[in-house]
Amino acid sequence: MKIIRAALLASSVVLLPHGAQAQQMDAEVLHWWTSGGESAAVKVFADEFNNEGGNWIDTAIAGGQAARNAGVNRIVGGNPPTVMQFNTGGQFVELVSNGLLRDLESVAGENDWRSVLPAALADAASRDGKFYAVPVNIHGQNWLFTNLKVLADAGVEQPQSFAELIAAGPKLREAGVIPLGHGGQNWQDNILFDAVLLEEGGPGLMKAIYGDVDTEAARGAEFRKAAEVFAQLRALVDEGSPGRNWNEATNMVLTGKAAAQVMGDWAKGEFIAAGLTAGTDYGCTIMPGGYMMGGDVFVFPKVDDAAAAAAQDKMAALMLSPGVQVAFNEKKGSVPARLDVDVSSMDACAQAGMEALQNAEAQVPSNNFYSPDLVGSVRDVITEYWNSPAMTPDDFVENFVSAMESAY
Amino acid sequence: MSSVTDAAPVPPARKRRRLPYAAAIALAPTTLIVLVVYVGCMLWTVRLSFTSSRLLPKLDWVGFSQYERLVSSSRFLVSVENIAIFGVLYIAGCLVLGFLMAVFIDQKVRNEAVFRTIFLYPYSMSFVVTGLVWQWIFNPTLGLQNAVHKLGFGWFKFDWVVDRNMVVYAIVLAAIWQGAGLVMAILLAGLRGIDEDLWKAARVDGIPPWRMYLSVILPLLGPMIVTAVVLLATGVARLYDLVVAMSGGGPGIASEVPAKFVMDHLFERANIGLATSAATLMLITVAIILAPWMYARYIRDGGRR
Repeated sequence: MKIIRAALLASSVVLLPHGAQAQQMDAEVLHWWTSGGESAAVKVFADEFNNEGGNWIDTAIAGGQAARNAGVNRIVGGNPPTVMQFNTGGQFVELVSNGLLRDLESVAGENDWRSVLPAALADAASRDGKFYAVPVNIHGQNWLFTNLKVLADAGVEQPQSFAELIAAGPKLREAGVIPLGHGGQNWQDNILFDAVLLEEGGPGLMKAIYGDVDTEAARGAEFRKAAEVFAQLRALVDEGSPGRNWNEATNMVLTGKAAAQVMGDWAKGEFIAAGLTAGTDYGCTIMPGGYMMGGDVFVFPKVDDAAAAAAQDKMAALMLSPGVQVAFNEKKGSVPARLDVDVSSMDACAQAGMEALQNAEAQVPSNNFYSPDLVGSVRDVITEYWNSPAMTPDDFVENFVSAMESAY
Repeated sequence: MSSVTDAAPVPPARKRRRLPYAAAIALAPTTLIVLVVYVGCMLWTVRLSFTSSRLLPKLDWVGFSQYERLVSSSRFLVSVENIAIFGVLYIAGCLVLGFLMAVFIDQKVRNEAVFRTIFLYPYSMSFVVTGLVWQWIFNPTLGLQNAVHKLGFGWFKFDWVVDRNMVVYAIVLAAIWQGAGLVMAILLAGLRGIDEDLWKAARVDGIPPWRMYLSVILPLLGPMIVTAVVLLATGVARLYDLVVAMSGGGPGIASEVPAKFVMDHLFERANIGLATSAATLMLITVAIILAPWMYARYIRDGGRR
């Protein structure tokens, strides 16, 4: 329905005679936030923009990949949306290097983005020292969500590490629950592996693998240990896991079929929708090693007319203003991209995330920040390993290294 | 005689000049579309496969390095193996099942229209719907296995979609379920076109019906079978949505197919070079399979028919 409405809205805009009725501050925003919680979140931006005299034209396309394809095609084809969403990281690098995006230095300088954003996030949003994107949120990707009642019934404490989770496995099985509710799709296998990797090797190993593409690091002892721990996790999942969507796995946790899930904090939306409260009904732990940051950014394609550029400037400043950040992220389930805002109104998990982020060493970029080609190649290897119990950690390391070598 | 032969070529020559002139205008848009959109895009794809293009096309030259990476990628090799298994089983399965269903309906069964609708119905569904339905049926915690377990038969196993070794066959099964109805419709039309006298003759000679179908009817259905095979074969080459909906290529990489490899690399992984090289290999494979048939049909007969 949202799509239809967006389409109608878009077509009505086309049909309206331009010029006479066109407002000075039209901004067509292309994004992929179509689910209930997501569209409530994006509405915060839209309302704020409209209140300030703008005219938000919503182009919502379901599915991140579909939306990015449509947007990139339009930008390359010379008919760009005014504002467009990407994930934080490497997805829009080539648009910058081809000179298709506006740099946001003036807005960034005015609002002092560099001092309020985590350094890694500011780096991911800029190229050659200039901002090209507005990070709007931080999604932690290495959360362990648990059903506290299930844990209590089985006599298990909230696990604080993968070792504790693995140790709790037999007890949970005895109690008749699946220890780890896992959705066996390749990106979810990847999130689980990265969480293990971060615990075993810390932020340094994450960066060496994904950032520096250092094959020596992949042959090292820490990486091998991560491969072994990852393999032990197979015993915790159920046979129906392959192909399962992340929200179905979350549903298993919140209905008590499974005890825990390793997932990004977008899973919180499901707990909230089910009427559960953080800390009393469900537990959330950031797995050791740091806070693995992903998230969303908005970019601003180059436009010819000055009115559109003014709308872009207004939008960029508005998206990162403190009040809007809190209101938006409460709805979205993520934490604000800027670290200087008051989050006391947000839930216990968000506050824990925000607290972790205050420590600069804990700000770990997730694999989203790196080359999509590299991440895709190693993801194939990770998911193959996860699904092939016969594959040894040594085989896995070799396949992983060759995937690193072939990708760029 | 000689004046006749001398004069004869003139009218056809004039005629030949005038006919293409009128036809050319009518055909120009089509020709243009075929040349620019189909052939042009094909050449463009082949060209890009020799570049290091990532998110955006770029026209450098890196030789065969994308192809080298392609053939060393275990995912692509698994994809090729899967599409071969799928292609053979899917086409064969649809033909056999479709033929049997057509023969069944051709027995002048009562309520023929009902059966025809039931058999053809799956074909009206999108692959995404088919994939999701069969995913649920095969899923051990949701589907048939779970239902039978609840009846008390704990030994029962029906979990192909999460079994690395069986997932391809699960996809084949779902695809046959969907495609067989189309074959039935085509072959039923063929069966209805067969002369009643043939059957009368067979009855007089005391030939059993199965023998009649195998030795007489099937050969007569030749053109229909070719049509069905061509339609099914296009379905094989573009197999994508069924896999995405049913298994997502998993478990692991066990049910990956070439079209999905192309799509994933083209967009999500921002590697146009690798994606187009895989697409080029698919094109070459299709061409190799089609070439003997094209040769027989268009070239050996001197362009006739």
